[in-house]
This record gives sequence, structure tokens and C-alpha cells, in this order.
Amino acid sequence: MTVITAKGTPETRVPTSSRRRHFRRDQIGWLFVLPFLVVFLTFLVAPLLYAGYLSLYTKGLATGTTFAGFDNYTRAFHDPAFRHGLWLVVRFSLVVIPLQIGVALVAALLLDEITGRLASFSRLMIFLPYAVPAVIGALMWGFLYSPSFGPMEQIASLFNVQAPFLLSQGNIFYGLLNIVTWQWSGYYMIIIYAALKSIDSSLYEAARLDGANARQIALRIKVPLVTSALVLILIFSLIGTLQFFTEPQIVSPIANGSVTPEFTPNIYAFNLAFRYAQFNYASAISFSLGFVVFLAVAIFTFATRKRGGLFT
Amino acid sequence: MRFSKPSVIVTGLIATIGLSACGGGSDGGSSASATKCTNKIVHADAKQVSVWAWYPNMAKVVDNFNNQHTDVQVCWSNAGQGQAEYDKFQTSISAKKGAPDVVMLEAEQLTGFEIQDALVDLAPLGADKVKGDFSEGAWKDVSQGSAVYAIPVDGGPMAMIYRKDIFKKYDIDPPKTWDEYAAAAQKLKAAGGPAFGDMGSNVPALVTSLMIQKGAQPFQYDLSDKLNIGIKLDDQATKDVLNYWGDLAKKGLIGKEDQFTTDYISGVVSGKYATYVSAAWAPGYLTGQGVGEGDDAGQFGVAELPQWDASSPVSVNWGGSTFAVTTQAKDKAAAAEVAMGLYADDASLEDGWKTQTIFPLNQTVLKSDEFVNAKVKFFDGQTANKDIYVPAENAYSGATYSPFTVYYYAQLQAQMVKLLAGQTTGDQAAADLQKQLVEYAKGQGFTVR
Repeated sequence: MTVITAKGTPETRVPTSSRRRHFRRDQIGWLFVLPFLVVFLTFLVAPLLYAGYLSLYTKGLATGTTFAGFDNYTRAFHDPAFRHGLWLVVRFSLVVIPLQIGVALVAALLLDEITGRLASFSRLMIFLPYAVPAVIGALMWGFLYSPSFGPMEQIASLFNVQAPFLLSQGNIFYGLLNIVTWQWSGYYMIIIYAALKSIDSSLYEAARLDGANARQIALRIKVPLVTSALVLILIFSLIGTLQFFTEPQIVSPIANGSVTPEFTPNIYAFNLAFRYAQFNYASAISFSLGFVVFLAVAIFTFATRKRGGLFT
Repeated sequence: MRFSKPSVIVTGLIATIGLSACGGGSDGGSSASATKCTNKIVHADAKQVSVWAWYPNMAKVVDNFNNQHTDVQVCWSNAGQGQAEYDKFQTSISAKKGAPDVVMLEAEQLTGFEIQDALVDLAPLGADKVKGDFSEGAWKDVSQGSAVYAIPVDGGPMAMIYRKDIFKKYDIDPPKTWDEYAAAAQKLKAAGGPAFGDMGSNVPALVTSLMIQKGAQPFQYDLSDKLNIGIKLDDQATKDVLNYWGDLAKKGLIGKEDQFTTDYISGVVSGKYATYVSAAWAPGYLTGQGVGEGDDAGQFGVAELPQWDASSPVSVNWGGSTFAVTTQAKDKAAAAEVAMGLYADDASLEDGWKTQTIFPLNQTVLKSDEFVNAKVKFFDGQTANKDIYVPAENAYSGATYSPFTVYYYAQLQAQMVKLLAGQTTGDQAAADLQKQLVEYAKGQGFTVR
């Protein structure tokens, strides 16, 4: 429109038709978005609203359903079961995230250095656990940990000692740590590896001319240049770990009761809803966890805003 | 920030996905539409009643029913065993659709579903006609006053299964009291033998039965007085029983493995435990898992459940199931006919007890010569029914269950984990349980007496 007025030929027809064309183009745009929008509204927004609605009510076995306002949320943040679960996933995050990223980064840097058939084979092998569904992976580890026929026990019995039961109450933290690291490191490795491959190799050449050795190139050039990928991984694993559910849920039948019904917030919400029939409180717990995850990610992105180009 | 939004959505979804997904399952009405039945429908034009059950020989039982009935047909599916099925049933109650017409429930679960108006009173639908088939204790377990909410099928009179080879090798006689049990355990350990028994955290029903045996009465509840409940989990009997098992675990005299797991069964086969305190369905369960068929064939014997006071023995029950009609059933009369007739015909009952899948509660079987004098193969020809299980069943007087058994069991399980690990004492566990249950009952709107 500005073009038209600048030209000084005020034709009223042209702008309306162009506006109409704009409008039509917008409509066509919506048409493209429609399939996603339908799915998004039906399976994300609508259930979310429904859960939000549920969380405002309370239902007792003896009393029936009553309006509770935000009581469920107050109760959630005072609920020792919820707080214990939350504390567990926070502790778990603090250990598992650095561990996973450390393993992934080292593997990616090594694979970036070597070439040939061995490299591609190793890459595949490291990535393979991620291709195993989480449920199968957890079942498999459950067998490996088994005190009567797991290989750990068989090897230990050769030396006449007893292997530690990694799913016992004191050890389950480490048992799960191992499963999760095994499962996800390969995936994170691939992300870092992809970022490494996109670095211009003339940088290495320049560094080498300046007398940098391989370790210096890795630490001073490669790592800083893949920081944004690292931040991305951090956020992925932070969200994933705070919502910890699959692995403990799968190993719980063989864990001799180490996985309690309120082991993690998500397991707690699941049991509240489908075992104790407290859908209202379970919704409130889910939203409370969502709020905590939101907060954690917000704080994290704020803290890393200068590094992660992705999120600013 | 892009990734935070989906995360909130996903967590918020946990509750709702199930609500819609589980509710959206097959409509469990008695409509004649060919829904997914595991069995074949013999008379296609008859009314169909959907049933959830997990008895191992259920396929035969259903065929027997369908062959014998022309007016009603059973459409059976296995929705999981025990807790897995209850979770699904509970969810379908909350969703107000998706429940079957007839559902298999253990006796201790009934009250929790009755209070949600999920089960139909069968008394007006002819339940009294079959009342005479069952003992008073068994009938009490399914009744609330004059209302009858389920028809019993099998029971779980308790006894002690033991390894004859281990008892013989270490010169031990089956203990008659719990004191003797502990002493024998000590003796076995001192002689370098295996664990004397096992106490897992995942058998809260067993622990509760053992508490009741000592004289505890954890719950007092009557559906006619819906809002009032009595909870007594911190009495001396409860503390004593918890202390007893905590003590055995602490001294390393018993195993601490969860039961019904592959690890546990392989331990039973290899003689890792000298005894198995269990119910009448246990031999059938163990046989189904392959126990008693290889090297351990004929090594099992059964003795009476040890007592606290041998002069006044108390018989208790573990497990045992019933068929109940759900309020979601469209044709309640047809559903009631199934609940009363399924697993009640001679052929099914005989198959059930001969394979030791069930310990039948039907008096005609309980009193039949063939059943009483049966030489049980699992026990190397011992007349286990006559000697042990039938007297135990006859002495059983019923129990009172709470309307939140599922929650109670979960809390008891958590306490058992700590108790067996030596992190709490029986006294403390009982006090904690009492506190948790009272708090929960109040939160659910009950008045705690």
C-alpha cells in the first residue's frame, strides 16, 4: 500500500484486491496448518484444559465431588510424597545429566578424530541403545541385574562373592542411573557429533599452524563451537529426567519394593489416578510437576542465554 | 523456551490420556455385537455377558458355561491378574464406561468397589438360591448386611508348604507354633542350611492375614454406616507380627525376596527356602510355574499354619476370588445368572481342584469324598485336602475389609520394604501405618472412630 501511495496513483481497487489476495493466501496457510491444528487441539489443548478443570475439584470416596479451587495445588506442594519424588528426580538430574553429557561429548570428540570403518561401526554401536525401546531396555537390564540368573551374579559366583543387587533400596539410584545413561548417551552423542561435523575444518588447520595440539583443538575450538548443541541436550535431558517414569515403572515388579508408588512425581500421579482413583489430585500433581519443569527450564535458559544461540 | 511448553503439556496429559483412552475401549455392555471375546460363542443369538477373569483354566470354564446355557453366553477376556485388573476396573468406573458386566474380584477388594456403587446387590437377583453352597465365613466375605455383592468361587485357607528333603537332611519337624518356626529357622541357619522361609514386601495380603491370625482387626467398617470407619493398625498384635518378621529378616533367617517373581520361583525350585507360608492355591500356582516337576518332584509337603497359641488355633485366609456384577451391566439379571453359574458347574470345579488351580468354596465339592481324600501329586500323594486345607477352611470365620484396600496395601508394602531392610521396627511401622491410614480416611471424607 505504501508503494501505491508513493507512486501517487491512488487506485482504490488495487489495495482491496491485494488485501483479498492476502486474505486468501492466509486462508490457504491455515489449510496447511489444519491437520496439525486439529491434532494439537484434540490431543493436547483439550485434554490439558480438561485436566486443569479436574484439578480444581476434589473427590472423596465417602463425600463425592466438590469444588476445591486451588486446594489441590496447596496440598501438592505440602505433600511429602510429592516432595520426596521431586527431590529424587532433582538429585537424579544433578548426577545423570553431567554424566550423560560427559560420556556423549567424549565419544563424539573421539569419533570426530578417527575415521574409517571402525569409526562408523563404533558410532552405530554407541547409538544403538537409543534405538532399543525404553521398555525393552529396562526389561533387559532387569534381567542383567537379576540375583538368581543374571550374568553379574554368575560372574561374581565364580569368585565366590555375591554381586550387589542393583535394584535394592540402597542401590536403585545407581541401577537406574546406569540404565538411563546407557539408553540416552548415544542419542546425545549423535547430536554433538552432527554439530562437530558442521564446523569448518579450516579452523583446525589454522589452529594447527598456530601450534595447537589435538587436545587443545578439542577443548579450545571444538567444545566452544558445539556449546549450543550442549545447551540443547541439557534442556532435553533436564525435561526428560524431571519426568522420570518409564524405567522405574518397568523395573518395579522385580525391585523388591524399592520403587514405591510415589518414587517419582510422574509415577505418583499415575498411581493416584489409576490405582487410587484420585483423578483430580493426580491432575493437580501433574500440573505442579509441569510448573516445576517450566521453572527449571526457564531458569536454565536464562542462565545460559548468552551461550545458547538457539534459545535467545 | 520452545521446549518448556510441550513439557508442561505432556505432564499435564498423564492423567487425561488414560481417562479418555481407557474409557474409549470396547463398550462392555451386553449388546450382542461381536466384541473381542477370547472364547467362542456357542449360541450366537443368545444374550452376551462380558466377563473379566484371570483363572488359568478360564477357557475351559467359559466353554463349559456356554455349552450348558442357551439363553446366555459368556464373552470372556483376561484384563490382567489382580491389581492390574483392579486398576483397569477402577479407571472404567471413574470414566463411567468400559467396565465388563461381570468382574472377578478378590474378596478383600469388594468393599472398595461397593462404596463407589460399582457393584450390584445380587440378593434381589436370586443370590440366596446359591447361599447354601457356601460356608458362613465365605458368604460373610461377600455380604454387607443382607446385601450380597459377589458370588464366591475359590478360597485361600492358609498352611505351610515345606521341603521334605531339607527338613529331613537337617532333622527338623514341621513347626506347630511361630516360636518353633523361629527356633527351627535358627537351627537351620546354624547348621549351614538355606533360608527357612521368605517374606516379601509385595505380599501385603499375606501380612494382613498373619496380623489377623494374632488377633488384630485392622478395620471396622459397615457399608450401611458409610461415613464411619474404625482403623486399628497400631495394636499389639500388629506390632508383634511385624516385629516377628522384621526380626527373622534381621537375623538373616529368611529371604527378603518379593514373591511371584521369576527370581523367587527359581529360588523355590532350587531349594533356597525351606518353607513357603501360603494358601491352598499355592501348589497349583507353583505347578503352573514348573515347580515340583524336575529335581524337586515329590519334595514338597504341607503342614498346618504355625500358630501363636497352639491350644486355640486360628485359621486365616489369603486370596480367593469371587464374581461380581457391575452397575454398568445393561442386563443385570443375565449378568447375575453368569456370576452365579460360572465356575459353579461340576465339570469346571473338578478341573479346577484337580489341577489345583483353585481351592473351591462350593460345599458339594468340599464335602465330596473324591475331593477330601484326594492324594495330591504335588505333595507326593499326601492327602493335603483332608489333613490340612479342608479343616483350615472350615475354621475360617471371615474378615472385615476396608473400602480402600488398594491404598492400605500400598502403604503396608512401603513399610515392609523398610522393615525387612531393618530401617524401621515393627512398632514404628505399625504407628506410621496407623497415622497414614487415618489421615487418608479423613481426606476421603470418612469419620474415623
